[in-house]
Amino acid sequence: MDNSFGIGVLLIVLTILVFLMAKKLQQVTGLIILNPILVSMLVIMAGLWFFGISFDKYHESSQLIEWLLKPAVVALGYPLYLYWETIRKQAFPILLSLLVGSVVGLFSVVLMAKALGLSKELILSLAPKSVTSAIAIEISRMLGGIPSLAAGIAILVGILGAMLGYPILQFFGIKNPVSQALSIGNASHGIGTSRSVEIGQRFGAMSAIGLIVNAVLTSLLAPWVIGLLENLGWI
Amino acid sequence: MVYATGLKVPPSILGMLLLTMFLKTGLYKASWIKDISELLLRYLPLFFVPAGVGIMVYLGKIAQNWVGIVLASVLSFLLVLLVTGWTHQVVRKWGKRKRKNGQ
Repeated sequence: MDNSFGIGVLLIVLTILVFLMAKKLQQVTGLIILNPILVSMLVIMAGLWFFGISFDKYHESSQLIEWLLKPAVVALGYPLYLYWETIRKQAFPILLSLLVGSVVGLFSVVLMAKALGLSKELILSLAPKSVTSAIAIEISRMLGGIPSLAAGIAILVGILGAMLGYPILQFFGIKNPVSQALSIGNASHGIGTSRSVEIGQRFGAMSAIGLIVNAVLTSLLAPWVIGLLENLGWI
Repeated sequence: MVYATGLKVPPSILGMLLLTMFLKTGLYKASWIKDISELLLRYLPLFFVPAGVGIMVYLGKIAQNWVGIVLASVLSFLLVLLVTGWTHQVVRKWGKRKRKNGQ
């Protein structure tokens, strides 16, 4: 036990150190491409490969860090509480835009995947790409996709949102902070929301609403959209 | 709502909404959880790292069809991002104008 326990603790400490250094690196360089999650992931993957440590072994040790994700997501309830009145007053534009975005997301990813010649199994794994990975797993299983692949794709989309979401919105003239933060939560779930929290609690609250509504709508609408497209013979 | 629709919503998201509700109804005081929430949220990106490393397991599956997977998810991601943002900006302005005209 002693040796493997030691390695386990070491892997946790190293993960935290790599992350803190990656965060510092982005602060110093100011480069959006050096997203702390992405940099940490790549460094750790390279390290595991170099030292011949399997992912299973890493996963066993890193579960403590992953477990903290749960209370941290619950903690999003705090900024949500702080901005609840703002959200309630603007409920109509908020819910309508999230609904339109989620529907567009479902149809577009399924139809594009089909047009690009992907197999049915892959199409069904891509459908929940904007949903937080834990729910993406459930939705793809329900649809008949590959759950683990769906989680992987959702994580990649999340990182893309955290990295480029705000600059893209800015570039396309979407400058209202509420609009920006909602879109980030809707398109890139928890990982995108973690970027919003860095900017400020108001952004975090709006992204949290985006991620919740997107998760609920996608779970409800995905089977229906897939069924409709199947009936039309488009997929 | 979650129970009524029989949806599978992860416990943590349910917890987030419950925390908001408890704070809202005064069952919890904001001062009790302010510090711990802020601490957890400061390190939120760190907690995604282990799952991110997990992508190495699916790399093989993604690699075989990477062009299609990347194109479809990136383009659709862009659409969701921009359509949500545009809709919100337009509906918001529209609502404001209506309110102004009504007064």
